[in-house]
Amino acid sequence: MSNITVEAIELTRLYGGRAAVSDVSFNLKKGEVLGFLGPNGAGKSTTMKMLTGNLAPSAGSVKICGIDMIENPKEAKALIGYLPEMRPLYKELTVDEYLTIAARLHKLSGKHIKKAVDNAKARCGLSHMSKRLIENLSNGYQQRVGIAQAIIHSPMVVILDEPTVGLDPIQIRDIRALIKEIGNEHSVILSTHILPEVEMVCDHVQIIDKGRLVFNGGIDVLKRTRIGNKLLVGFNGIPQIEDLLAIQGVTEVEQLEGGMMRVRFAEGENPSRSIVETSVRKGWELYQIAPDQTSLEDVFVQLTYHDAGAELAAA
Amino acid sequence: MIFNIARKELKSMFASPMGWIILALLMFAFGTYYLNGVNDYFEVMSGAIRPAERYGVTQFVGQTVYGLASFIMLFAVPLLSMRLISEERRSQTLPFLFSAPLSLTEIVIGKFVGLLTFLSILILYIALMLSTLNIWSDIDFGYIVANSLGLLLLVASFSALGLYFSSLTSQPVVAAILSFIALFALMILDRFFAGDPSNTMAQLSLMKHFQSFAGGLIDSGDIAYFVLFIITFLVLTIRRLDADRLRG
Repeated sequence: MSNITVEAIELTRLYGGRAAVSDVSFNLKKGEVLGFLGPNGAGKSTTMKMLTGNLAPSAGSVKICGIDMIENPKEAKALIGYLPEMRPLYKELTVDEYLTIAARLHKLSGKHIKKAVDNAKARCGLSHMSKRLIENLSNGYQQRVGIAQAIIHSPMVVILDEPTVGLDPIQIRDIRALIKEIGNEHSVILSTHILPEVEMVCDHVQIIDKGRLVFNGGIDVLKRTRIGNKLLVGFNGIPQIEDLLAIQGVTEVEQLEGGMMRVRFAEGENPSRSIVETSVRKGWELYQIAPDQTSLEDVFVQLTYHDAGAELAAA
Repeated sequence: MIFNIARKELKSMFASPMGWIILALLMFAFGTYYLNGVNDYFEVMSGAIRPAERYGVTQFVGQTVYGLASFIMLFAVPLLSMRLISEERRSQTLPFLFSAPLSLTEIVIGKFVGLLTFLSILILYIALMLSTLNIWSDIDFGYIVANSLGLLLLVASFSALGLYFSSLTSQPVVAAILSFIALFALMILDRFFAGDPSNTMAQLSLMKHFQSFAGGLIDSGDIAYFVLFIITFLVLTIRRLDADRLRG
């Protein structure tokens, strides 16, 4: 129990009768990074707003480390660091001034404020920007200031809404590294629609579509569905499909464009060795053999459009 | 916590030229009126032959300066209060406050106190300026205290109303115009009922309640009116922000 930092119980939010989020329940443990995926308008931001107490749920409840967000909002909010989709920055202030205010509002005592500000700046790579006006910072640095204000009071839970949107690839890499680092000590929830990002930084994935949770599980479960029992094989001398099917373990062969073939095999078998040996023996001139990965995009599309979530979560 | 929010508001106010310019302009206006008041005093009083026409320099200069102050605040307060919440709404910084461990009451009162602290600088300045008359004359400090308190309550009421209108919209200018119109209407309400001063509508006028302070009289009834006025608009503001959380 003490290990669970975020507990969402049947969260529902109605906007004029239409459910933006319905019946979303999940738990998050300490030291986990949870990725929130979903197409535009699926209810990611709404869920995050409810988790942080910015929006009252129509039904259901949120508990942060066992403290109810609706009954004791102050105590619960003290445990959260939140970066909304739109960065809440006071652009007329300098980085130091802004972070000091953030620290003060989170009830850090006088002597700890300076240390907390310095620490947050160092972690977000902002130390040399202390005296700059936030207005004059580049988009990426503004984003770092946004993350710095979310982690300044070392909260138990850090909630980041699309933290890498609009950044250049180097900054994205830095921020991902930062999220991973934060995830070692705190629990992190982040939303995104960049799939490789989820694979890189998250331990846990939730896919939400039209306000419903369609997938909730570990990243390894998602990866497993991604790889599947398939091989992509390329030959210069195209063999007969029957010859391939004769190989031990192969169940299905599909001819693709450009001389490639997709070979499906039975669970628990791996016919790649036999395929290579057969190829050499029969002179098929094998030039490529690799596991055939369904792209995460395909998995995502499958989940959000065919509602195959139930089977997948069971797997 | 209220103090921290107030501090943040003051910082924002002084971070832009707006705060400084308004302070400078108002101080210039008050200083000019003070100077004119002192000059006119000798002209007017030397013309006043009968003793009944003569009155003290505190009252003579004071009513010029405080009269101007109450009128000028009608313009200055909406300009300052307009951005308190609507600016945050527009630049989407409200979640920063909402997700900090603060209650809505603390946020609203903090913002109100921040603005009031800023305006108190002006009230203090006027009081100090008038007190300098004491160097060569024996002035009525009670009159200055009553007027300062009256002006403080008046600008506090303006601020509370301005804060409420600021919470209604995400356009600071709209908030300023709306609060100006509302304040102007409330200020001159008693003029419409000049023929019947006991009319309930006339009792709602802000100016009517300021008048007793302007005469040097601290009336608990007027204090109660201003305090209720302030509480009403602060509560309305809190409810408006709460509606954001509930309705999204």
